Amino acid sequence: MSDIIRRDPRAERIARNRLHPLHATVQRSETSWMGPNGIIRKNPHAVGFIGPNGTKRIDRSGAQQGGTAKRSTQAAAVQLPLHTVAAPSFYIVVVPDLVGGRLTTHDRDLLGLAHKLAGHQGAVLAVVFGEHKESSFDTAGVDRLLHLDGALYSGYAPEQQVQALTAIERQFRPRHWLLPDSRTGGGELGRRLAAQLGERPATRVWQVTDEHCIGRAGAGQQDLQRPLARVILAASECAEPVSESRHEALAVSLDTEVARCLPRIEDLGAVAVDPAATPMAEAEFILSGGNGVRDWDLFHRTAVALGATEGASRVAVDDGHMARNRQVGATGTWVTARVYLAVGISGAIQHLQGIGACDKVVAVNLDAGCDMIKRADLSVIGDSAAILAALIERMAAHRAGGNRDAA
Amino acid sequence: MQPKPLNVLCLVSIGAHPTSGRARRAEQDARAVELGLRLAGEQVQVLHAGNAEEEALRAYLGMGLSELSVLQQPDGADALPVLFDYLKDSGAQLVLTGSQAETGEGSGMLPYLLAEQLGWPLVVGLAEVEKVENGVAQVLQALPRGQRRRLQVRLPFLASVDNAAPVARQSAFGPARRGTLWTDEVHVLDDDLLSNASFQPARPRPKRLKVIKAKTGAERMKAATAKAAGGGGQVLKDVSAQEGAEAIFKLLLEEGVIR
Repeated sequence: MSDIIRRDPRAERIARNRLHPLHATVQRSETSWMGPNGIIRKNPHAVGFIGPNGTKRIDRSGAQQGGTAKRSTQAAAVQLPLHTVAAPSFYIVVVPDLVGGRLTTHDRDLLGLAHKLAGHQGAVLAVVFGEHKESSFDTAGVDRLLHLDGALYSGYAPEQQVQALTAIERQFRPRHWLLPDSRTGGGELGRRLAAQLGERPATRVWQVTDEHCIGRAGAGQQDLQRPLARVILAASECAEPVSESRHEALAVSLDTEVARCLPRIEDLGAVAVDPAATPMAEAEFILSGGNGVRDWDLFHRTAVALGATEGASRVAVDDGHMARNRQVGATGTWVTARVYLAVGISGAIQHLQGIGACDKVVAVNLDAGCDMIKRADLSVIGDSAAILAALIERMAAHRAGGNRDAA
Repeated sequence: MQPKPLNVLCLVSIGAHPTSGRARRAEQDARAVELGLRLAGEQVQVLHAGNAEEEALRAYLGMGLSELSVLQQPDGADALPVLFDYLKDSGAQLVLTGSQAETGEGSGMLPYLLAEQLGWPLVVGLAEVEKVENGVAQVLQALPRGQRRRLQVRLPFLASVDNAAPVARQSAFGPARRGTLWTDEVHVLDDDLLSNASFQPARPRPKRLKVIKAKTGAERMKAATAKAAGGGGQVLKDVSAQEGAEAIFKLLLEEGVIR
């Protein structure tokens, strides 16, 4: 149902004509009635109607009928048309990075490029290793989804992943392999795969036309134009992401078990790095303080306890609580953190611009109506000092003995 | 007893200055040489496949090397087979390269192909070699966002370094003049890349336009004036500090930022 207000001229005509047999039905009832003592009672609040701009209107011409019934204006969720490939004549395989278990914008661009190459005949097959948290594979443009889970693929196991990809190569015979040319894994995996398959990949590709692909060469001073390669490592923004269709995301599986390869590189786990030493622009987890922070000593202790890089709003920097190079926002650093914990920051537009690229924003604030709360994925309304202290305690409990008091 | 130093070999190429395009030592290869010098001192071997006449090669000698071997090849020749032949019986335990060349195709495939042909493991983005014991090396790998990962790998292995490796020392003019370039004539194989591909000056990439797919004027107005809104965020009101902290902690744990 559309939101356009429509008039009903017939009903208006009947309402104006007091002699019309249907006149009573189109009149608002309940505005006046006979009381128990025989006195006419009137309800002045029921008179009139709410106009289109929200103010009350009283129309004494007798034509009053429109706008009284509140229209239900919940926007129906737009159902995008479903793109189905019943029997794909070929496959385009995409191996997304899934940083933090979710599709990145780079991955979405790549899926868009895959659809450009697949057209209506082919299917886009996405290969996902390990756990993921993504729920929108269908709108991102995945026709078939191959999920390889298990202990083999947890942690850093590029050789095992290449083994699985060669099994996919044997089973699906994909026309193209598309991987993101990123430092977060795709660039490495794609090159390992290309070396294994004996294919010459097109790297840092930023434009794909029907026959050719163009990629950056050397140190970025030259472009290399070549015929479309089978293995394509594409740069970000190589194509428009899929936005106008829904896809099946049907789960497929491998016919044969992937051979277990003896890992020659053993992963001993992540190393604790000094969060203060990581540049703000590329820190993964930022604890940022603003005007609402009173106890800066507690704030610094929280940052140490959480292992977060410290940031600050402009006010906190101007007041001298934090160094200028820690300022987040339009005049400071534009951060790209995956998780941004804002304590006592109300969210000036310049600050919100600076955190535009952040994935998850958590706000701790006293004012429930501030702009940061509107931006945040999780907001806690309350005193920042008490919450930070509780957070330090919770972290200490976590460090001491796992999740024994997890609520 | 002084432990026997590691037999380290660095593969170097000729770079191009990002602005002027003038030949220079390649940034990442110089970092690889720096890492090699820290690991093996003067004993580090440095190898280049290409033109021995190039003056920029001497910049590597200026980092404190006494000699540099060159496998003499014309431009556009395939460096992979000659490097493979050389490495096969060089006795190197650790081969260091940059991530990608600054001239030519610069696909960054060379370390991968060499590792594949030699059958050695490859460590991508080596930041530091912590220790080498009983033929097993414990190394730190550089990850995006300044993170590090500890890996254990058996010798011999190949490693590529990127910008997370230690910054290369300055090149001094005197040692650069005094160092010797040993030239080997090798069999030349042409690279078939340029038979069907062509180089062009880099075009600036088109800026992505913000496409607004609004059907009505009201929607367009809304899209133009909308504030950055996540919408649908969870708001916890009137909860104790402990409950609030617990909720935050749960989210941080889910996102995997707490270790």
